[in-house]
Amino acid sequence: MTAAVLFQKVSRHFGNVRAVDGVDLSIAEGEFFAMLGPSGSGKTTCLRLMAGFEQPTDGHIEIFGETAEGVPPYRRNVNTVFQDYALFPHLSILDNVAYGLMVKGVGREERRKAAEDALAMVKLPGYGVRKPGQLSGGQRQRVALARALVNRPKVLLLDEPLGALDLKLREQMQEELKSLQKSLGITFVFVTHDQGEALSMADRIAVFNNGKIQQLGTPEDIYKRPQTRFVADFVGSSNVLSSATLAKLGISAGAASLRPEAIQIGTSWAELLTLSGTVVACSFLGAVNRITVDCDGQRIIISAPAAMPVPEQGANITLAFSRNDMHVMEQA
Amino acid sequence: MSAVTHQSILPERSGLARRLSDFLWRHPHVLLLILLGPPVLWLGIIYLGSLLALLLQSFFSIDDFSGLINYEFTLATYKQLLIPANFDIILRTVVMAALVTLASAIIAFPIAYYAARYAKGKWKAIFYLGVMLPLWSSYLVKIYAWKLILAKEGIVTWALTKLHLLWLLDAWLALPVVGGNSLSISYTGTFIVFIYVWMPFMILPIQASLERVPGNLIEASADLGGNPAQTFKYVLFPLALPGIVAGSIFTFSLTLGDYIIPQVIGSSRLFIGQAVYAQQGTAGNIPLAAAFSVVPIVIMGLYLWMAKRMGAFDAL
Ligand SMILES: Nc1ncnc2c1ncn2[C@@H]1O[C@H](COP(=O)(O)OP(=O)(O)OP(=O)(O)O)[C@@H](O)[C@H]1O
Ligand SMILES: [Mg+2]
Repeated sequence: MTAAVLFQKVSRHFGNVRAVDGVDLSIAEGEFFAMLGPSGSGKTTCLRLMAGFEQPTDGHIEIFGETAEGVPPYRRNVNTVFQDYALFPHLSILDNVAYGLMVKGVGREERRKAAEDALAMVKLPGYGVRKPGQLSGGQRQRVALARALVNRPKVLLLDEPLGALDLKLREQMQEELKSLQKSLGITFVFVTHDQGEALSMADRIAVFNNGKIQQLGTPEDIYKRPQTRFVADFVGSSNVLSSATLAKLGISAGAASLRPEAIQIGTSWAELLTLSGTVVACSFLGAVNRITVDCDGQRIIISAPAAMPVPEQGANITLAFSRNDMHVMEQA
Repeated sequence: MSAVTHQSILPERSGLARRLSDFLWRHPHVLLLILLGPPVLWLGIIYLGSLLALLLQSFFSIDDFSGLINYEFTLATYKQLLIPANFDIILRTVVMAALVTLASAIIAFPIAYYAARYAKGKWKAIFYLGVMLPLWSSYLVKIYAWKLILAKEGIVTWALTKLHLLWLLDAWLALPVVGGNSLSISYTGTFIVFIYVWMPFMILPIQASLERVPGNLIEASADLGGNPAQTFKYVLFPLALPGIVAGSIFTFSLTLGDYIIPQVIGSSRLFIGQAVYAQQGTAGNIPLAAAFSVVPIVIMGLYLWMAKRMGAFDAL
């Protein structure tokens, strides 16, 4: 099957800034693909390469098997939901949504109907007569989504579309986006720097750093088996055990990751690995307590259910975890 | 003494300036009155007052025998505007102003677009200098310079001769209305110089309005399938329209009122400005001069009303 989007050794340099540096990826049709990474890691530039706003300095891009280099944005059946919405301020919401159909020459009545359907789909029926300035941030964001989806693109690019929303609306929109994607079967490429969002929504995730893909895999892969220290650090605060700590456990390796929730306190069965350390800090996070322990200079964070008794600060405790929950990383 | 204090409210400082600023802070209306009073008086009495006086003059008439002004309300002077000789002047001026405005907008847009979207740093400075520089030199000097440029022995004729394109100029000058003996005594010459002189007033407002169009709107249009022509028509032009209208108000009204350019460069047929000048000067017919000068005001009023009706200010 041809990939929806294919990058072969794609680079985009601005002077001596390597915004995107030798990226290889292949996004399958109908996939929900997330690009995760810290600020400045090249996610937006990757998206702009797909949309056609940037041309690669090097490498090759294909969209559904067709070469994309040199093809202007208006000839790509790819639509973008911009980070700051980019709604046309002088047009009504209905005309904004119908814009893509209008420039393609769809008749007035037909595009009005399609735009109204799209607005209903994003739960904004009857808002067509307003201007973008009369909507809230969350509503504008839905309009931007409707404006892109009304064109039935082959690939939908979303650049941190939920960035401006409050937590509740954000979670609601995450679910809506996911179910929309399922029902429409459109390939979504979703940029975010929120690891929770990427993990909960995506079929596969590419973790970016400095213009390069650090790791590409399913959310479970990325979360449980981070391949580099960067991924372990960035995707949900995983503990990275140093080689000295690993030596104490009888393992010789450069580094290994250990999830905070995989560690138990006090219990020590024969088959579990154990470490002892001093409690440095404790914080209450609602459902869990976050306990920071110092084991001879190695900081380890434990996430313990709130129902468990909380150890005193300065107390000496024993940490126990299974060898299987520890993931040895290929590179430090 | 240390600058850090532990008091929560600082003591009042002495000095007249201090007390005054405290007083004004507590009575912001007084400050507003002081700031706005003089300009409002100026605007109300001297500016609008003289305009009103002008308007009144146009409702008087002149006694044909004595040449004295007859201070009785009459519309006779306005009726005089409609006699063919006078009406031609009005028509000529309005058509010229409209053409100058249209051509200025067409020439100014790409320049303004480049300046707003692409020019950065040094190039932006060069742009502003290039646009403003002509405004720094005397208006008369520029016009007389243009007279030389456009004259029969001038550089335009010379350059076209060298390029073996003189026949083109000759063909143009042979045309009925726009032609003439040479560019400097034809309507074409007047037109060119008007465009040159008013160009900054068109470029700057368009540039300012384009500057406020976020770049991602243009990308959004392309993303949704709009080709460059469609993006211009549906996004760029509507958003730049307030700037174009602002610029056209300048070029249109300045052309309507100017009396020097058509006098120095052009056929000897009169424009409104020249008619006003002649009526109030040599002819001594103040009411007719006043009536003539009311014409541009009325035309501009109509123009703005139409622009508003057509939605030119909707994007403001
Ligand atoms: N037009 C440009 N000119 C020069 N440098 C650029 C340009 N666009 C991006 N960059 C640089 O490329 C790098 C990657 O930028 P990009 O916008 O792709 O980051 P991002 O991952 O989307 O970050 P964020 O999460 O903050 O949006 C940054 O260092 C940025 O400064
Ligand atoms: Mg970005």
